[in-house]
Amino acid sequence: MTQLSAQDINVWFGQRHVLKDVNLLFPEREVTALIGPSGCGKSTFIRTLNRMHELIPSAGLGGKVLLDGVDIYEPSVDPVGVRLRVGMVFQKPNPFPTMSIKDNVLSGLKLASRKHADPNGLVETSLRRASMWNEVKDRLGDPALSLSGGQQQRLCIARSLAMDPDVLLMDEPCSALDPGSTRRIEETILELKEEMTIVIVTHNMQQAQRVSSQTAFFLAEDGNPGQVVEFGSTDQVFNQPVDLRTNDYVNGHFG
Amino acid sequence: MAETQPAPIERRSLRAKPFSKADRAFFKSATWAANSSIVLVSLIFIFLMWRSWPAFESQGVDYIFGSTWDNNPENLVMQIGPMLWGSILVSTIGVVLAVPMAISLAYFIVFMANDRFGKIATVMVDLLAALPSVVLGLWGLLIFSPVAAGWAEMIYQGLGFIPIFDNSSGNFLRSPFIAGWVVAVMIVPIIASVTREIFSQLDRDLISASLALGAGRWSTFRRVILPTSGGGIVGGVLLGLGRALGETVAIFFVLNLVFEVNWFNILEDQGGSVASMILAKFGEAGQDEVAGLMAAGVVLFVVTLFVNMIASFIVAKAQPWRK
Ligand SMILES: Nc1ncnc2c1ncn2[C@@H]1O[C@H](COP(=O)(O)OP(=O)(O)O)[C@@H](O)[C@H]1O
Ligand SMILES: [Mg+2]
Repeated sequence: MTQLSAQDINVWFGQRHVLKDVNLLFPEREVTALIGPSGCGKSTFIRTLNRMHELIPSAGLGGKVLLDGVDIYEPSVDPVGVRLRVGMVFQKPNPFPTMSIKDNVLSGLKLASRKHADPNGLVETSLRRASMWNEVKDRLGDPALSLSGGQQQRLCIARSLAMDPDVLLMDEPCSALDPGSTRRIEETILELKEEMTIVIVTHNMQQAQRVSSQTAFFLAEDGNPGQVVEFGSTDQVFNQPVDLRTNDYVNGHFG
Repeated sequence: MAETQPAPIERRSLRAKPFSKADRAFFKSATWAANSSIVLVSLIFIFLMWRSWPAFESQGVDYIFGSTWDNNPENLVMQIGPMLWGSILVSTIGVVLAVPMAISLAYFIVFMANDRFGKIATVMVDLLAALPSVVLGLWGLLIFSPVAAGWAEMIYQGLGFIPIFDNSSGNFLRSPFIAGWVVAVMIVPIIASVTREIFSQLDRDLISASLALGAGRWSTFRRVILPTSGGGIVGGVLLGLGRALGETVAIFFVLNLVFEVNWFNILEDQGGSVASMILAKFGEAGQDEVAGLMAAGVVLFVVTLFVNMIASFIVAKAQPWRK
């Protein structure tokens, strides 16, 4: 049972307040979509869920992120342990360029200096879960960059899955891909949600409706920090939005 | 068959002639600059060869491999073996000391420092690179040498049983070790600024991806940042090595030039350097001896050229994914 929730999340970059009072609950084995116009803080928010802001010296955080009831920002919590449970897929496919396809799948183990009883088996299962085993099984030693963009992105998903995370964060995973690859990744998401909690940022309204069961609409209004304007079941947010601004956004009137 | 062959399609050039005046002038000056630099380097090389040929001819291969320099005009013996090996030894020590410092410095500036501090550190490094080597040599002689001699003595006391740290003279000044340090200070900024440039061009997403997989900073550095930027760093290191091999004045100040090969006793107060030797002997050299010094210049030129060739080879080989 994995419970992930964000409580009163606020983020500052230097003096700038970019996210205000975000409260979201991510039920286990469900897909939550985060939507909203560019610059409203979706990436900023999703990166708070696995402590990825650590690299930015000017970033500051308020609020809590609870993973199974434990605040992941507690000083006693090892961020590495958090990231092993909460995997992430980025907007642009970013396999490690110096590594082969196989080594990319195993890169998490290597980076954490861990051993696995059956690395070859892990490569196969991970690539199968990312539904690309059949495409690459005969060329596992090839450089990762020899793959197409869509395949590279699925390789990045496989790389995360190899660490067996409980939660998978995806920040616009399809925005750099063609429609065919997008479709395949959506199918993968629907299979994966049987086993894990997924949070996905997307600009594609159809995609949000196809893959998610609940949706949060983020908005930053002229100069104000980003906030969650509406949060509910995907069906409700898209078909009976309570807030007028949500209605405008999901119907393509702005953003 | 009576069919007529279709006329072969004429193959047309795809290169456009520069149409505007500015373009034409620009093309001309670029072409001119490129050609004249090639001509200039060739001329320098031909000049050096011409002036040094008598030395190569009279000394034979012993010029490179022998260890004697006797400027008695009746029986001139010129052999640069100890100087050549000394240049290589000192440069190697310099590179070994400089690389970790330079890479750490670049890592700190790019990945750890906040914007303002990073900028200040960058300026400091560039200033260090701009320091004239005479100044560095004087600093090495007056301030640094006594300090480093203290380190050398400590190393000798602790590790003297290892041959490379042995010292039979009891004098710890003017050794390859100290010259290596001075060279290191000189090339740290070169390697650091190349490395900084490469680090700052790295895809930040790769680093994020590595952290997101549960990697620590060190393992991200070793398994992602270094391999991805490897070839470029090697290029920077060899650039520094080229500078180290040619370094003249600074080494002259802090190293005893001795015509007896010191293979590896880096704490001993004897060493060599081709460039410093040229400087040391040029003032009082007769005509035939000048030919011998010119020949040393040729040897240095060839070695440096060789290093640069290896550099471009490694840089090209090491990054096959970067087309
Ligand atoms: N590292 C950073 N430093 C300063 N400001 C940032 C940084 N990252 C994001 N921002 C700012 O935070 C706001 C939210 O950005 P982001 O979370 O990327 O939006 P979204 O993903 O919804 O498009 C933007 O105004 C952006 O300029
Ligand atoms: Mg974003």
